[in-house]
Amino acid sequence: MIVAEGLTKVYGEKTAVDDITVTVQPGRVTGFLGPNGAGKSTTMRMIVGLARPTSGAVTVAGRDYRDLPAPLHEVGALLEARAVHTGRTAANHLLALAQTHGIPRARVREVIDMVGIGEVADKRVGSFSLGMGQRLGIAAALLGDPGTLILDEPVNGLDPEGIKWIRDLLRYLAGQGRTIFVSSHLMSEMALTADHLIVVGRGRVVADEPVSSFIARASTRAVHVRSPQAEEVSGVLRAAGAGVTVRPDGLLVVTDLTAPAIGDLAAGHGLRLHELSPQQASLEEAFMELTADDLEYHGSAT
Amino acid sequence: MTATPTAPAYRPPSGNVRFTGVLASEWTKLRSLRSTVWSLIAAVGMLVGFGLLFSWGVVSRWDRIGARERLTFDPTRISLGGVFLAQLAIGVLGVLIIGGEFSTGMIRASLAAVPKRLPVLWGKAVVFGAVALVLMTVASVAAFELAQAVLSGKGVQTSLGADGVLRAVLGSALFLTWVALFGLALGTILRNSAAAISTLVGVLLVVPILMNFLPSDWRDHIDRWLPSSAGASLMAVHPTDAQLAPGIAAMVLLAYLVVSFAAAAVLLLRRDV
Repeated sequence: MIVAEGLTKVYGEKTAVDDITVTVQPGRVTGFLGPNGAGKSTTMRMIVGLARPTSGAVTVAGRDYRDLPAPLHEVGALLEARAVHTGRTAANHLLALAQTHGIPRARVREVIDMVGIGEVADKRVGSFSLGMGQRLGIAAALLGDPGTLILDEPVNGLDPEGIKWIRDLLRYLAGQGRTIFVSSHLMSEMALTADHLIVVGRGRVVADEPVSSFIARASTRAVHVRSPQAEEVSGVLRAAGAGVTVRPDGLLVVTDLTAPAIGDLAAGHGLRLHELSPQQASLEEAFMELTADDLEYHGSAT
Repeated sequence: MTATPTAPAYRPPSGNVRFTGVLASEWTKLRSLRSTVWSLIAAVGMLVGFGLLFSWGVVSRWDRIGARERLTFDPTRISLGGVFLAQLAIGVLGVLIIGGEFSTGMIRASLAAVPKRLPVLWGKAVVFGAVALVLMTVASVAAFELAQAVLSGKGVQTSLGADGVLRAVLGSALFLTWVALFGLALGTILRNSAAAISTLVGVLLVVPILMNFLPSDWRDHIDRWLPSSAGASLMAVHPTDAQLAPGIAAMVLLAYLVVSFAAAAVLLLRRDV
């Protein structure tokens, strides 16, 4: 379990992480979702003691990471920035990490096989592809068989097969009762992998809820309506309590009424409709909408 | 495949971080990089090779050099002439041992595994210091003995038993170990290999040259306290009056190490990585 209370990190003028208070529960995959620059990596680096919070605190398994007597057995971390000396072989890299905790060589071999880099384990890491490097990072995170895994953008650079592999691995590990905290800037990826979502934008938590409820919220339907009598139609719909937005090309975007209800209302008033199409916001759009106000840079003025 | 509420709470294996483990880890890191192995070979090779080269030079020219030069000829000093090159090889390696971790990001893995952080610095200092001391002692003695064998061709050799010679030869090994550790401290402080190497070269080679631009009474007071001068005193069979006594020189070098490692430790603890 990871518990952050008022976690804040300020770099000069910029507040990278702004008063984050969340609890990451064991036994499920918690997605940490947000656009690039939302403070995900900084939060993760604070969890594992690489960056010091400006204020607030975060604990893993009830303790400050720096006070853990055996951190690799408690927390395995894959951080976005590569954390491997390129001149060393994968096997030696893992061995050096294992030795700090007295983890036997057999376990090093085990994690190498587990992530499928057996063939390149004795090659220097500098020659690895992005995907191989990512697998090595996951091997390092699994080395201590930790109860908590923190993975920053683990699917980056993986091929579809690798993505499916890590998805299954994370769900399997969560099923064993471990705490899995995995970041991504892709909503679609999180929808497939995570049970619970913590969404951040500009360093702040904007959602902390089960994926299912997030998806339900995202499914708020809008209906596109076109009519030669657009003005009359929008008047009737507004009178019935619907939200109506008129696009420049005459398209009416109607919310809070279903397509059949709109059709019936129009027919009842003898109004002609040329288009009546229910729309469903994609998860990606819902995520964009949620974090739109928090995006660091807007594409255009809103 | 989803989480089952009945799943037993996960119990992590035991096995805490211990300093012996950190030492083993640092030893693995040291031996598993080609660059470290080659730098060590280079340091040993330069120390022995240049000692031999300079000795051969003297022997081949002995019959033609002046009486005054013969009188002041120091067979120990010439056998240890390679120190000036070896110090660069081993000092740069000292920098790279931590600088390479900062430049590649390895430092994040190292400090995530050992979040108390200081054991990593002490581990590196102990392992690399021990390796440097052993190798530089062997190389200094080898450089000395091989050079004396060459010099014996003209009968101008000396031996480890002669007054002050053993101290000078071991002093060369100690000074080189000092340079290695000083490089490690500089690399930790500056976190950038290029900057740390430049600083190291500046301290060892450039600052002594700058001394020549100072008024001589200032120079006499400052110069002897420089690491390079203290090192020269350690390596001198008969230190001059301008130099510190070898015992004091050793204390001065130790003080430099204590101060630089104290700064390195404070910064390593404080900074984000």
